[in-house]
Amino acid sequence: MPNLKKVILLGSGALKIGEAGEFDYSGSQALKSLKEEGIKTVLVNPNIATIQTSKGLADKIYFLPVSAEFVEKIILKEKPDGILLSFGGQTALNCGLELEKFLVEEKIKILGTPIESIKVTEDRDLFKQKLKEIEVKTARSRAVDSLEEAIRAGEKIGYPVLIRSGFSLGGQGSGVANNSSQLEKIAKTSLLHSPQILIEEYLKGWKEIEYEVVRDIEGNTITVCNMENMDPMGVHTGESIVVAPSQTLSNKEYHVLREIALKTINHLKIVGECNIQYALNPNSAEVDYRVIEVNARLSRSSALASKATGYPLAFVACKLGLGYKLRELKNKVTQATCAFFEPALDYLVVKIPRWDLEKFSKTSFEIGSSMKSVGEVMAIGRNFEEAFQKANRMIGLDQNGLVSSSNRLKQKYPGTNFKIHEEGLQKIINLIRTPNSHRVLAIVEGLKRGISPQEINKISHIDEWFIYKIKNITDSMKIIADSPRLDKESLAKAKSLGFSDKQIAVLRKGKETEIENLRKEYKVLPKANQIDTLAAEYPAETNYLYLTYKDKEEPKEAKENKKIIILGSGVYRIGSSVEFDWCAVSCALTLKKLGYQTIIINNNPETVSTDYDICDKLYFEELSFETVKSIYEKEKPLGIIVAMGGQESNNLAVKLSQAGLKVLGTDPADINRAEDRYEFSQLLQNLKISQPEWKQLTEIEEIKKFTEEVGYPVLIRPSYVLSGSAMNVALNEKDLENYLQEATYISQDHPIVVSKFITGAKEIEADAVAYKGEIKATVIGEHVENAGVHSGDATIVVPPQKIYIETINKIKEIVSSIARSLNISGPFNIQFLAKDNEVKVIECNLRASRSFPFSSKITGINLIELATYAILGQQILKQPIPLDLDWVGVKAPQFSFFRIKGADPILKVEMASTGEAGCFGENVYEAYLKSIISTGFKLPKESILLSLGGEKNKIRFLEQALMLAELGYKIYATHSTSKFLKQKGIASEKLYKIHEQNEPNIKTFLEEKKIDLVINITDRFFKKEIEDDYMIRRGAIDCNTPLLTDLKASKLFVLALSKLKRGEISLEIKSEQEYHQAETKNDIQPPLFSDK
Amino acid sequence: MKSGYLILKDGTVFEGKIQGCQKETQGEVVFTTGMTGYPETLTDPSYYGQILTFTYPLIGNYGILKEALESDKIHLSGVVVSEICEQPSHYNCQFSIHDWCLKNNVPVLTDIDTRMLTEKLRNHGTIIGGIFFEKKKNIEFKDVSGENLAKHVSCRDVEIYADGEYKKSVLLYDCGVKMSIIRSLLKRKIRVIKVPWDYDHKKVVDKFDGVLISNGPGDPEKVTALIERVKEIIEADIPILGICLGNQILALSLGAKTYKLKFGHRSQNQPVMDLKTQRCYITSQNHGFAVKQESLPKDAKEWFKNLNDNTCEGIYHAKKPVLGVQFHPEANPGPTDTNWIFDLFLENIDKHAKS
Repeated sequence: MPNLKKVILLGSGALKIGEAGEFDYSGSQALKSLKEEGIKTVLVNPNIATIQTSKGLADKIYFLPVSAEFVEKIILKEKPDGILLSFGGQTALNCGLELEKFLVEEKIKILGTPIESIKVTEDRDLFKQKLKEIEVKTARSRAVDSLEEAIRAGEKIGYPVLIRSGFSLGGQGSGVANNSSQLEKIAKTSLLHSPQILIEEYLKGWKEIEYEVVRDIEGNTITVCNMENMDPMGVHTGESIVVAPSQTLSNKEYHVLREIALKTINHLKIVGECNIQYALNPNSAEVDYRVIEVNARLSRSSALASKATGYPLAFVACKLGLGYKLRELKNKVTQATCAFFEPALDYLVVKIPRWDLEKFSKTSFEIGSSMKSVGEVMAIGRNFEEAFQKANRMIGLDQNGLVSSSNRLKQKYPGTNFKIHEEGLQKIINLIRTPNSHRVLAIVEGLKRGISPQEINKISHIDEWFIYKIKNITDSMKIIADSPRLDKESLAKAKSLGFSDKQIAVLRKGKETEIENLRKEYKVLPKANQIDTLAAEYPAETNYLYLTYKDKEEPKEAKENKKIIILGSGVYRIGSSVEFDWCAVSCALTLKKLGYQTIIINNNPETVSTDYDICDKLYFEELSFETVKSIYEKEKPLGIIVAMGGQESNNLAVKLSQAGLKVLGTDPADINRAEDRYEFSQLLQNLKISQPEWKQLTEIEEIKKFTEEVGYPVLIRPSYVLSGSAMNVALNEKDLENYLQEATYISQDHPIVVSKFITGAKEIEADAVAYKGEIKATVIGEHVENAGVHSGDATIVVPPQKIYIETINKIKEIVSSIARSLNISGPFNIQFLAKDNEVKVIECNLRASRSFPFSSKITGINLIELATYAILGQQILKQPIPLDLDWVGVKAPQFSFFRIKGADPILKVEMASTGEAGCFGENVYEAYLKSIISTGFKLPKESILLSLGGEKNKIRFLEQALMLAELGYKIYATHSTSKFLKQKGIASEKLYKIHEQNEPNIKTFLEEKKIDLVINITDRFFKKEIEDDYMIRRGAIDCNTPLLTDLKASKLFVLALSKLKRGEISLEIKSEQEYHQAETKNDIQPPLFSDK
Repeated sequence: MKSGYLILKDGTVFEGKIQGCQKETQGEVVFTTGMTGYPETLTDPSYYGQILTFTYPLIGNYGILKEALESDKIHLSGVVVSEICEQPSHYNCQFSIHDWCLKNNVPVLTDIDTRMLTEKLRNHGTIIGGIFFEKKKNIEFKDVSGENLAKHVSCRDVEIYADGEYKKSVLLYDCGVKMSIIRSLLKRKIRVIKVPWDYDHKKVVDKFDGVLISNGPGDPEKVTALIERVKEIIEADIPILGICLGNQILALSLGAKTYKLKFGHRSQNQPVMDLKTQRCYITSQNHGFAVKQESLPKDAKEWFKNLNDNTCEGIYHAKKPVLGVQFHPEANPGPTDTNWIFDLFLENIDKHAKS
């Protein structure tokens, strides 16, 4: 084994579409694996919301971009002996490839898969050649680097063809072309993002199968799991519904592919973990396959496989990278058997992706070979129906899952009248034919309308096996709805097919509690089955569980223990992701330290909270009222913590408490007082705290009247939001009317909330912890952007830099008085508007918020640890509010607009970012630059395009435009901006807007990479301009050119850039520990003591 | 669907539904954790007389493919699964599992908690039981697992298999051979002379270059006639390969001992290590008995070891061309990692032919 003292690990940076929480899981396991060996670890990851960047995992953490430039400097400073590249997704791998020469020169050992093998798997031509050596088949394809070659390749291979780009994550920039003009269009975009693209035979209708393979340095190889995509080829595996293990493969098919996997991976000499993807012809006597690709690193699929089987892939892969042999490692689950084995499952899992396409304007619901989904859930069951139904509820779009297919389709496609048989049927058939985010709903609806499974198979190529299983569900819906009486057998049958009590109630037009009571009367109860990697052949030491109604529960007395249930965050979506996993994990670890037995409920395979060693018991389950209650009744814990998992788990507080479950921390009645608009508003009034005027209304005339009273602009949103979307700002009466027309379901039951929108106000947040109503810690963060940009999309600065003391004092007062009135015990977050020293409260959530990990890590005050004490009723020491630190932290949003074709990248009241990066700096400028570079922003070298909408924006940006000119940047500008700059004596070259179709045009300049940065500031209150400039913004995104759209952020950027260029600041290579070192001298550390 | 019960000798009762053939049955209740290849498993003669539980809950998804059969019928007494698939899907599917079991007169008990049953078998060890229409008491169970069962599944007459031209011939002792063993030899241009389990090798008219002792059911110690014949074959320095039961018979012929495992190895994920090379393989297994390592005489060496429970997974002879593997190199169902065992056997044959 190599003698290693210090190893550097690269993380994957901010969460983005195609690269999400799964790499927090893999990095965290790798760090634990290294720690066990006594090896010092250095972690580079600017994703401040991750668990891997928490205290106790890595010895040193650098919140810096995972780019060659920064990593090189960190390596020179830290002098590690080895580096791990395969735990931080494509970002880390690409960075490693770029650093190859440097690493060799510095004699830094690349642990795990050799770089030569990585290169082979990343280069299509090399890959095909390599596989040809061992007679393994790959799809007919050609790697090309120009448009002409691409078209030639298309002709040669024959249409349809698939276009893929090399060196990219999640199939970025790929698509299917049926003819040369489609090919030209796709290839053009792909070539902008990747130097080389691949034109490939399109294996339409073939099954897509994956194997997760593990190999040690001696060549001992296993496949830990195989997975089958329900959606056939053409839909990216990240976009597909996936089952594990494969369901429709015969032994021959399974093992021919397995054998090829072993052969291929041995030939590629991979060490550690990798994934191999196949296309398999469903209509061939001999096993007719193509190897699609090999990912020589941990991936989304390996996270899924790891959770699906219980095999800690990342942990083992890391050990193998250190030189261990598989036979030398133990099976972590049984602690008795060996890690060289292939898990046997006695259940199956279903993964379903979550899309948030509704959040983006101008985009379609179609899915394909490029990733668009933002998260996923995994459900476990003893049959497909059970797991599939669970998963369809878990994705958090509708508690009624498949039962509400008809309603949901109606909502999503208001243009179709589903009531007209022909019209509805045609739409359904189209939705089944062309993959889209609602295909499952369409299949359900199609089956209900009598389309046969054969027909569905014919148009979708989804294997009939899946369709028949879904038909079992739709047939059951009818039986449940039509049976005069629900006897024990039919109820048990419905439950074993995965129906929730609520779904049964909806079908029978009854109440959820009635079904629950009936179920209990019949003793139809779920059984907790264990995931043990060996299908019960050996006893397991870990408590990794799921519930099933397929088996009968053996009555067991719950042991009286100090047990506490923590609800996890569930699926990652826009607005709720890894930050809540950090909260849940931090909470669990604190409870563990205090001697409690922890039980986590969560269903997201990308999380660390669902790892085998975080809690004492893990239920990989739904976060629904029914399931949480069932688990509670089984476990009989001291109580349940709802404050860590974000809004979804917090929403359960009242219902759980009313059902007699003990909710720990702030009283659910008080949580409700903050959640209920009327009650909260009343409370603020009583406390004499100001708030923007608002009203909840159901009549259009009332809305207009109220708006006239308060004046435009107003913020409008439905009080009842089914799935994201629908928050909007109306600037004038026309806007309002348009909006009210679009909001299809305004009614007595679905009122609309209208509130005064205050322009030019600063937004400030407070993350705080209180104990019995008394404030114990507060971290104040300041938004760079003005109010009007969703807090999740805002750039946040801690400690605040530009807030008046008076404002801060007001905020402190408000925080204290709200905490007191609501008698808060636990975490909470309040959002404020500040304008002219006046402070208004816009929102208050009595739970951990998105910014808790950022606030905690920047200040060194672990708010969740404190909150956990408070929730347990333990006294804690009051922390001073950190306002004057020797450093500044900035959190910048990560957007994934490139993934969402057509989406307008402008910032709005609706959140659109998929992740965030948080960095330290000596000052706000340094921290800001580091954090935006971390999100993939490249500092401009030569040229900048300015497009400033409206007179005010032009004047406000003038100083910055001057700075840019002084720094020597070539300035391009749109017509009126150019004119304005000229008046002020700033030279610029005028470019025509894209829709003006004149040369020199912005489009051409973007495509030819003549523009390094686009600053496009529109008058947010001038709709037409927003529309005109859409093409500029979208063009920048499509051409991978950095884009700034907010005035204040742009100003900050130019100021910071200028300071950097002038040498007034530098982007220092400092670890988190170095920043906090100075502070530890003052000892803000052990803040805790117990009053017991 | 009729209700049915799995009743174990110790009185444990599982209630489910009877599908396939509607009849009562008895047998040693065992479990397999393989997730695929149920047609192969069902037709493996080594399961003769047993009631097999599949721990994987969905069986029958792709129906029965004729090419996947290991013998012409199901030798099991009964099958226990959580759920069988009524609408199988595969372009080549000929029967549903229900129809296939019905055709074979085998009852399938479904809708029972197979995980609970497996835990029971794991903790208690394999146990005699039966599938019944009613909850009965005082059932007389007949345990045949300690008998010579090979004789029930062995062929009655000599049969020759050849696929075109062949290079060598192998005498195959059929104790319940899986077709895949024969296919593995045919694929390697070997002619196979299949004989009944107790056939006198000296009476074989055809010339043969090696001997293979097949897999099969029952207690190896009871297959005495074959043990004696194998002693002679070893003595004669004829290359020999034993698979599963064949391995145990080899060991017994060499003077070693066998014993019954608590609940056996029936799965497709058993890790074994080649003790000569330290190389590890995932293997397919189906055995209730094993060779006692410490009973191996001088010159008979342990070849493979199970990495989970350290049991003996194969033997070889230091001086003679004798190879035995406890697992199934022919796979079907399960991984194909150890296919090379057949090549090694052929190397021995070639070497022997040259000398």
